[in-house]
Amino acid sequence: MPQGLYLPGADVWVDPSVAVGRALVTHGHADHARGGHGATIATPETLAIMALRYGVAEGAHPLPLRERLDLGDGITAWLAPAGHVLGSAQVVLERQGERVVVTGDYKRRPDPTCLPFEPVPCDILVTEATFALPVFIHPPIAGEIARLLEARAANPKRCVLVGAYALGKAQRVIAELRLAGYDAPIWLHGAMEAMCRLYGEWGVDLGDLRLVSEAKKEALEGQIILSPPSALNDRWSRRLPEPITAMASGWMRVRQRAVQRNVELPLVISDHADWNELTATIRELSPAETWITHGRDDALVHWCQTHQLKARPLDLVGYEDEDD
Amino acid sequence: MEDFANLIDRLIYTRSRNGKLDLIADYLREASDTDGGWALAGLTGGLDFPAVKPAAIRTLIGQRVDPVLFALSRDYVGDTAETVSLLWPQPGAPAAPPGLSETVVALQAMTCGSVQTDLAALLDRLDAKGRFALLKLATGALRIGVSARLAKTAFAQAFTLPLDDVEEAWHALEPPYAELFAWARGQGPKPDAAHRPVFRAFMLAHPLGDEQVDLADYAAEWKWDGIRVQLVRMGGQTRLYSRGGDDITASFPEVAADFTRDGVLDGELLVRGSHQGGEEGGAASFNALQQRLGRKQVSARMLEDYPAFVRLYDVLFDGGEDLRPLPWHQRRQRLEAIMPHLPASRFDLSLLIEAADFTALSLLRDGARDAAIEGVMLKRRDSAYSAGRRVGLWYKWKRDALTADCVLMYAQRGSGKRSSFYSDYTFGCWTAPPEQGGELVPVGKAYSGFTDEDLKWLDSFVRQHTTNRFGPVREVEKSLVFEVAFDSIHESNRHKSKLAMRFPRIARIRRDKPAAEADLVATLQAMIPH
Repeated sequence: MPQGLYLPGADVWVDPSVAVGRALVTHGHADHARGGHGATIATPETLAIMALRYGVAEGAHPLPLRERLDLGDGITAWLAPAGHVLGSAQVVLERQGERVVVTGDYKRRPDPTCLPFEPVPCDILVTEATFALPVFIHPPIAGEIARLLEARAANPKRCVLVGAYALGKAQRVIAELRLAGYDAPIWLHGAMEAMCRLYGEWGVDLGDLRLVSEAKKEALEGQIILSPPSALNDRWSRRLPEPITAMASGWMRVRQRAVQRNVELPLVISDHADWNELTATIRELSPAETWITHGRDDALVHWCQTHQLKARPLDLVGYEDEDD
Repeated sequence: MEDFANLIDRLIYTRSRNGKLDLIADYLREASDTDGGWALAGLTGGLDFPAVKPAAIRTLIGQRVDPVLFALSRDYVGDTAETVSLLWPQPGAPAAPPGLSETVVALQAMTCGSVQTDLAALLDRLDAKGRFALLKLATGALRIGVSARLAKTAFAQAFTLPLDDVEEAWHALEPPYAELFAWARGQGPKPDAAHRPVFRAFMLAHPLGDEQVDLADYAAEWKWDGIRVQLVRMGGQTRLYSRGGDDITASFPEVAADFTRDGVLDGELLVRGSHQGGEEGGAASFNALQQRLGRKQVSARMLEDYPAFVRLYDVLFDGGEDLRPLPWHQRRQRLEAIMPHLPASRFDLSLLIEAADFTALSLLRDGARDAAIEGVMLKRRDSAYSAGRRVGLWYKWKRDALTADCVLMYAQRGSGKRSSFYSDYTFGCWTAPPEQGGELVPVGKAYSGFTDEDLKWLDSFVRQHTTNRFGPVREVEKSLVFEVAFDSIHESNRHKSKLAMRFPRIARIRRDKPAAEADLVATLQAMIPH
């Protein structure tokens, strides 16, 4: 049995966990975008990302932002930007004057690599809850980028190795480094090269990017290197000159999470809404009802209840975001 | 407070000892002496604020944060101080953050009546990092992997002073150690440790290699398998220090209570009894002593079942008289003269071994069957008691290691520089010959003894022969044999095999040996001393 939101009348799933006949996909992260659907409805960017990861699929149905699509059963769907990663979208479903918004993963902070979240007033809000605990307050990204640059400058004989999701986080960190005036080459783990090129093709300029595999060890001293989190403490990183292990993730807000991963330089950078963004968005949209998907739904349900807002958890399994 | 909070933060994320030393030393050089002093006291657990208890902190946060949201957050974060530091509602325009000294003075002044308002006022002035450092400092629960020894080493490094001098001066003073800093900066005399129960650096031994020594120049005594301790009584106070200079008095109250003569003695802490192979009334194996280590409070039952005593090696001070410059044989005479004044149930003398020559001594060493004997010590008869490890004065000559052929079963990643290598190995022996249906059960774990080249080879062996994964642990194909060396082996309930090795290490990788020919558990059981 697939997991995900299902519209039986129209026979379409939103972010299903396994291959289905027809799927609406909010964004390209693997826990939301599975390959092999009969038809995949998503933004052109998301379809391009899925094609890169799973190969070009039959039944790709590009749906540009704000363009309306009749799903059948009287339901019209359109997509609004979610501000999560390149191509990420909220799914807006309308029938007979009633509107449901599925946020997918989203954030409200500015991100130079994607369009900002667009608030869409609605009757039912289906919200994510990855960081739905009041301890999760993401600090301004400029401060985190400044700490990364300080660590690099203070250790000319070492390199700074930043663990970051290959889709979205990596490109955002690079783009923010460029905004901070860092124009030296940034070095990549091989697994990140293709996605960065794809971002470039969609108009996100990431500057001079090079591959670690093509560099001599000495050339990497004093450099910034990005790799997927799984490569931080594995054989791949042995070739690097005394790496300072950094990790760009919202979980880094909690010390033990950083210590468990042997992280020396935790960077609290997340592509998800933090507690304040989640609660502010619910207030702003003030839907008649809020449905809360993956993450720590109990805290957000409790918050809604104490603020006289109707809310319930949706027990959707299958979404994980251990590395965000 | 900001600098101290940054120090705490960075210490948490720094694994290497040298990295920690650099961080602390840099802080001490930059901070004011008072701040530095309080920081040292905080890092080494030398501060206590009776009014600031975890319950008071929970009450404070309960008045400010929804209790359900706090409980859910606390569950996730796993640490109350950190949760409070993250959830504390920061006022719109906070006052300037307090300095570390101001913070400590304020914490000291708090009473059960005032803690709610005064602690809240401090928290209001700090950011999340500062609040975390404040709460950890206030509750004395820094737990950031900084031992007293490490902090002292960092102090010595910061001001390029001999560590032994720092040790002695340190214990003589109260936080924030103004005289210590004055001395370190060359603005005052070395603090006087006389009449205070301070730790003095131990004299240590070199391992004896292939060389022989002349017994006319060297005295021989048994090396006992307990923990080396220094007993100090000065100015009416008694302390027990471990080899690293940590105060372990609280773990062995009966030993401290029975030492009532002023002076400083060096000996081996042991547990008496017939546990696991010891003679009735003699010293039990190290395993029995382990029951007593690391306890903050000791139950009456513990004291009865595992009574501790000290086997004395040397005397550093008799009363206020410093005997350290005297040659060993004169100190030994002084020690023998002290013995009748100590209760015999708690203190005995480590006897000298009489041997005609080195060959005879070697035979005695090989024949020693006592579970509590680790080997032989050789001490130069004319040696003064000098701190540290000096060549040619004292030697340790351990008994030859026992060995067994064991099969690699599980591997785990190491830490620090080894975090990308599978470097911790659990190995097992057969319950019966495998052709008769025997199984492998784990008998020990080792992470040393091999070269860097071996490690690379072992790491790739583990990766290529993984059969199962449990979090950070990999189960491997049971095909690789290790020759494992260990000092001794004892009964233990900790492992399925009911065995515990002492100092196990990988002596050789036996790529040539089939796993089926590894040793039986029964072979290891036969090595337990009886």
